[in-house]
Amino acid sequence: MRFGDEPLPGDPLPMLPGHVSPGRFERVLRAGAFAVTAELAPPDSANADDVYARARIFDGYVDAINATDGSGANCHMSSMGVCSLLTRAGYAPIMQISCRDRNRIGIQGDILGAAAMGVCNILCLTGDGVQAGDHPQAKPVFDLDSLSLLGIARTLRDEQRFQSGRKLTTAPRVFLGAAENPSALPHDWRAMRLIKKIEAGAQFIQTQYCYDMPLLRAFLQRLEDLGGLDRVFLLIGVGPLRSAKAAEWMRQNVPGIHIPDALIERLRGAQDAAREGRNICIELIQEARAMKGVHGVHVMAYRQEETVAEIIDRSGVLEGRVPWYPGRDRQTPQGTDTQDKVAS
Amino acid sequence: MYRVRLWSVRHARGLNRVYRLLEDILTALRPLMRRVGDERLERPMAMLERGTKGFLFDCKMCGQCVLSSTGMSCPMNCPKQLRNGPCGGVRADGNCEVLPDMKCVWVAAWEGSQRIPDGVVSLQKVQFAVDRRLEGRSSWLRAVRQRLGEESAR
Repeated sequence: MRFGDEPLPGDPLPMLPGHVSPGRFERVLRAGAFAVTAELAPPDSANADDVYARARIFDGYVDAINATDGSGANCHMSSMGVCSLLTRAGYAPIMQISCRDRNRIGIQGDILGAAAMGVCNILCLTGDGVQAGDHPQAKPVFDLDSLSLLGIARTLRDEQRFQSGRKLTTAPRVFLGAAENPSALPHDWRAMRLIKKIEAGAQFIQTQYCYDMPLLRAFLQRLEDLGGLDRVFLLIGVGPLRSAKAAEWMRQNVPGIHIPDALIERLRGAQDAAREGRNICIELIQEARAMKGVHGVHVMAYRQEETVAEIIDRSGVLEGRVPWYPGRDRQTPQGTDTQDKVAS
Repeated sequence: MYRVRLWSVRHARGLNRVYRLLEDILTALRPLMRRVGDERLERPMAMLERGTKGFLFDCKMCGQCVLSSTGMSCPMNCPKQLRNGPCGGVRADGNCEVLPDMKCVWVAAWEGSQRIPDGVVSLQKVQFAVDRRLEGRSSWLRAVRQRLGEESAR
């Protein structure tokens, strides 16, 4: 998707009427395209090149890149740092904020700082408990939860003030998101809870991995019954499973992941399990895409990020559209714009 | 105590009724309380709450009780102190991600709220971030003041 008013990389796009952010991701969704986002694993380094190398492998296949905030309670480069680097190159990062590590003073400051660095999208998360990560001896903060964080972020943006009431001189122009896990208990509550998140300020949702399509379908049905469908942009979380063993490990050890036995059996029976894992992922994407109220997919391919391009390509969900990446709109030697041939 | 806490959720309907009644009684006693003075009442009230709610709900004395909006399951027992519903990490057996031997506080809240009239509706209410200054203080006194409009609801 190419917009007529493309800025220089790093500069904000002009704000369109009805939009809350000057960002690419919100534009793609509001233009009605099926959006693709992917999760970038932040490096364990202080090297900017590591971040760019990890972003580059998604070039041409994703509309926005999620920068995780100490995911799984493991220490990595901060989402704020990763996002600031990504915006310099013109990428559209989604900054994940977890409530585990900072209180409301730190988080509100980060939202302002990130917005000043050109971050247009924020995903408000509760965060995994410290016991799950590499620093179980750390103090869990949890001053806020994902809902109160959404409310505070919305207050900063729409009321131009801190939670304390103190005024801002410039409000952060951010598109606000939240997560949901349709596979977790209590199943009957999850759709209601999504609506609660919409009411607290969520404009887009990225779900946890959804491997159980009947469960997802039931969740969407419930959401529709409650009038919540299409009140929010919903991106379904998917990811390739590397092997039956890896799937079993994930199911056992990663909080909130539900993988049906049938999928694990399918991986076990496959000659090339990793390829079968990608095939399953593609099928899940195609199945999710056909569901009412689904506006995109969020690919989490931890430690196999290089497979994202192939998965998205083979799934066909971009329908020939080439999401922006640095250099996409550069003139070709023939003097024509490469984008003209592929623009949707 | 964990088992008492689970009992309380099973008896959410009755306990919620007791709670409502208590609120009415305290509201009726408000003129008397004003004469004694809230500051003098603060400590004995907080002690009373710590004893009763501590026994029944494993109350953590956050000072801004939301029990009747959470199916009589105290959200401050959630290791993440979530006030607005369960995280995505609830285990397949309904237990907590952080404490595998404890039933998720919010799975309990969901069950408890089914037993309270309009319980599920009140679960949908977005709860503000906790005011940490109120920790250890009486939430009953505060609830009465709020009910009578003497103190803002935030």
